[in-house]
Amino acid sequence: MRYPSVRAMLLALLPFIAMCFSVPLWDTVYPLVLGLPFSLFWLTAWILLTPLCMWGAYYLERAAAEKEGRRP
Amino acid sequence: MSDSTIALSVIFGIVAVSSAVAFYAGARYKMDLEQWSVAGRGFGVLLVWLLMAGEIYTTFAFLGASGWAYSRGAPALYILAYLALAYVVSFFILPYIWEVGRRFGMQTQSDFFEKRYGSKYLAAFVSLVGVAFIVPYLQLQLTGLGIIMEVASYGGIKRAVAMLIAFALVAAFVFASGLRAAAWISVIKDLLMLFAVVFVGIALPYHYFGGIGKMFAALVAAKPTHLVLPGSTKVMGESWYISTVLLTSFGFYMWPHLFAASFSAKSSDTLRRNAVFMPLYTITLPFILFVGFTAILVLPNLTNGDLSLLAMVQKTFPAWFLGIIGAAGALTAMVPAAVLMLAAATLFAKNVWRLIFAPTMTDDQVARLAKSLVVVITALALYFAIYSSTTLVALLLTGYAGVTQFFPGVVFGLFWKRVTMPGVFAGLVVGIATVAFLMLGGRDPFLGLNAGFVSLCLNFVVTVAVSLLTPAQASAFDEPVRVAP
Repeated sequence: MRYPSVRAMLLALLPFIAMCFSVPLWDTVYPLVLGLPFSLFWLTAWILLTPLCMWGAYYLERAAAEKEGRRP
Repeated sequence: MSDSTIALSVIFGIVAVSSAVAFYAGARYKMDLEQWSVAGRGFGVLLVWLLMAGEIYTTFAFLGASGWAYSRGAPALYILAYLALAYVVSFFILPYIWEVGRRFGMQTQSDFFEKRYGSKYLAAFVSLVGVAFIVPYLQLQLTGLGIIMEVASYGGIKRAVAMLIAFALVAAFVFASGLRAAAWISVIKDLLMLFAVVFVGIALPYHYFGGIGKMFAALVAAKPTHLVLPGSTKVMGESWYISTVLLTSFGFYMWPHLFAASFSAKSSDTLRRNAVFMPLYTITLPFILFVGFTAILVLPNLTNGDLSLLAMVQKTFPAWFLGIIGAAGALTAMVPAAVLMLAAATLFAKNVWRLIFAPTMTDDQVARLAKSLVVVITALALYFAIYSSTTLVALLLTGYAGVTQFFPGVVFGLFWKRVTMPGVFAGLVVGIATVAFLMLGGRDPFLGLNAGFVSLCLNFVVTVAVSLLTPAQASAFDEPVRVAP
């Protein structure tokens, strides 16, 4: 059995923390950002940041695969 | 011409032209079981991607999301989070599913369970549960089509009649052309939807308030609690939000049709790269929410939030434009409905009926059975659609509560050697029973948590406990790969 790399999983945990577990911290209307309620702005921003995290995870996965000497 | 004639003509015109394009795309192929249900596994990356990415643009996003923004408020924000996170989850499981899928020639989710756990009864049970929870998802699409026809006819066509017409249209579409048509039509659907959503999401707040920011300022002043959890509900607080996002992001690729779609990718690396960029595809969803929020102040007395987007378009724009938006909505209901009907019918015919009762059936007989099942399954969804009044989002959450119960069996199947068939079977039965008990009994949310999530937790506990109590099993996945000489 093969497993995903732990470092990639830690990186992928970031969007989960930001968009899911930390909801009590950002579930608020103020401050309005770009005219949007803060919660809506926060989630929209993380829709754009999630691909960045996963891009990093992708390279970590590739590096881990190459170290094991298999094709990713 | 009356407004309703114009709007309905535009809708039927666009739907007819799109269907013609799709039929043409499918007409060159002989329709055997493979062609009809998986398009002969001959889809290029682009078509697969369109089918998978297009999955989020269903009636659920179009009418349901704006509906919840209108009627519930902040709880609708879960939709922004769960889709992006569903792709994050997929990054870690789809490539592995693809690899075993290719090694063992799997076609369906049920094949995965049969191969990994060596039990055709578990495989048949998985299919049966999958089909059962596709029904509310199908019901959602038919209800959406009904709403569109009702609004576009300016109330002239009653909801039930509209849904009957919609049912006939989609069933005819599925019968004649199968999956290939659905894939082509989804290209047209996504473009139309993209335009419709971004345009009305910006135009409506500007028209009534002079801008998106001004619209929110007015909304906050009028209804200060609507935009903070639990919004305009009493029970959908922060714990509901977290449990719902977890349930739905884990469950997204547990839908039988999406699980199976991953088998048709070119390589596991394609799936990983797709997972990185797919979240960007959800960036139009905030615009849909803007429409629902705008409608609160402009049309405060709608009986059903799911009407909010179309009612706003009807109030603001001329009839032909309502027709274009209605057509976009109709296609976003018809394409997923076609895919869901195909998946459910093929799953039942092949992985329940043939597997358990009639192992000697030929592929042609399975295809014939599947086609007649399309009618049965859709009639069932139609019956529920006419006799229930749940919101579109609530229907989708019911589906998720069911299909996410496959998650432990899939993840443990890939990553935990010690998991056993009785463990997964017991976990799945307990999970589904808990879903039925809590949701049918009106106990959702349960203790502030999404009932489907509570069921998933029980499912995990039972799967682990029973697995550890039963003797270890060898997994076919662990057999060394035999390299052809």
